[in-house]
Amino acid sequence: MDWFNNFWSVYSNLVLTLGTNALLALSIYLTLSCGMLAIANAAFMGIGAYASALLTMNYGLPFPLAMAAGMAAPALMAFVIGKPTLRLSGVYLAMATLAFGEVVRIALLNAESITGGALGLNGIPQSTQWWHVALALVLTLALLWRLRRSKVGRAFESIKEDETAAGLMGIDVGAHKMLAFVLGAAIAGLAGTLNAHLTFFIGPSEYGFDRAVDILTMAILGGIGNLTGPVIGAVILTLLPEMLRSFKDFRLVVNGFILVLIVLFLPKGIWDPGHFRQWFGRGGRRA
Amino acid sequence: MSTSLRLASLSRHFGGLQVLQDVNLEIPQSGIFGLIGPNGAGKTTVFNLITGLLPPTSGRIEFNGQNLAGRKPHDITRLGIARTFQNIRIFKDMSLLENVMVGLHAQLKYGSLGLLTSSGLFRSEERRARERARELLSWVKLDNKATAKADNLSYGEQRKLELARALATNPKLLLLDEPVAGMNSSEKDELMIEIRNISERGYTIFMIEHDMRFVMGLCGDIAVLNFGRIIARGSPDTIRNDPQVIEAYLGREDDEVSRDATEDAA
Repeated sequence: MDWFNNFWSVYSNLVLTLGTNALLALSIYLTLSCGMLAIANAAFMGIGAYASALLTMNYGLPFPLAMAAGMAAPALMAFVIGKPTLRLSGVYLAMATLAFGEVVRIALLNAESITGGALGLNGIPQSTQWWHVALALVLTLALLWRLRRSKVGRAFESIKEDETAAGLMGIDVGAHKMLAFVLGAAIAGLAGTLNAHLTFFIGPSEYGFDRAVDILTMAILGGIGNLTGPVIGAVILTLLPEMLRSFKDFRLVVNGFILVLIVLFLPKGIWDPGHFRQWFGRGGRRA
Repeated sequence: MSTSLRLASLSRHFGGLQVLQDVNLEIPQSGIFGLIGPNGAGKTTVFNLITGLLPPTSGRIEFNGQNLAGRKPHDITRLGIARTFQNIRIFKDMSLLENVMVGLHAQLKYGSLGLLTSSGLFRSEERRARERARELLSWVKLDNKATAKADNLSYGEQRKLELARALATNPKLLLLDEPVAGMNSSEKDELMIEIRNISERGYTIFMIEHDMRFVMGLCGDIAVLNFGRIIARGSPDTIRNDPQVIEAYLGREDDEVSRDATEDAA
């Protein structure tokens, strides 16, 4: 077990980051599966991180309670901003949610007395254990899997395909969009809470535009046709920069470049069962 | 005969354009009712107003005594009105079965959060929905393709799927917007039989159609809309011989404009 202890002491942070990134990719998958291009998930992650970290640092709140707060705060925020913005569609929704993300980042930067401003929060208790992340990921996957196979999942998909037709099937389009948005925010907040209590330090720049694009890239890269895609996308996009450490300054360039290539050649993402059947099924059918 | 749907002095303007003016129409509780009229007469707007996709400028829409104006489309569907579209709007990336199960949405009795806890109820309701969806697909003879992707269906089959999906919402009144548009004559004959079967199962049908043979063959009661006004109402024979209807479709003999146009063309 020596090799494992060595491995874990070096890479535990990376492995746990894989988990939180997978949660983030799943959080945006939820809104994408309902046909909404909302990119406020980095901001929701930040709200969850700050809310929970402030509670554990300043009030000594037990970690499970802080986790609940870290999910509730962004969910509430999503509900409030969702009311006016979810009427928008396509790029207009993307613009509004992106703007909201900037507002959150700048608010964190300027509310110095509470958030520490640009210096961020230091000395967050490192309460996140590996099994917290594993459990959060498993529960989230189980929830989303159940959702997909229920009337709610079918409603999301029908809204994604044709909003008008979905409404005329008796589906409350507004309520389902809100559900996807709020639930996605809660999952992002959970990832933020776990991440903050893993890294000891958080600052406003972690939850800005770069992170928002990262999260979107993970989901799109992996594929949003099913739950495996976002997880795989998160794994690849977390490991890739580690493997290409020498390119550190060009990390975002590489991210952008990969996104372009994927959209060009694999428009449905890496994990597309339809493609697999096409590639590997042909030989079988012929036999 | 009692009334299912009543349009009372219904008007709709788009800016200065008066698409519907003071439309009064009563659709009986049973049977197949037809609404015909030349292109641009405002027929689809009537459906858009009834289903809540557009608000009326003025007037009332009553369905079984309830006013529909101001309600959201999903509320109106749940009251018992379903529709199909002139340009088919099925969910192409979903299977036939899933398409119809979307229509069953409001009838599934587990709540959005209850689906996490009450596992038994969830499973039995989903099974019931699947069985009902298969039954509805068998009504339009598509049950043998239940798990295929809707995108792979032929044009005529897509129309039938849309019909099955509309029936899944358990409507009392079914609105069909040009059900045979773009179909060949054998597909038309097939659909005529399907619609007659659906009517015999007790659904009230209100259809818009261009194809005269189709309308005259199915509907016992027809209204004619021209330039946003109802100009005639009655049995197929009455409609066929109504001078105003003939004029709307063929033009008047002393119509200067049309004569000029013909001369220009010559």
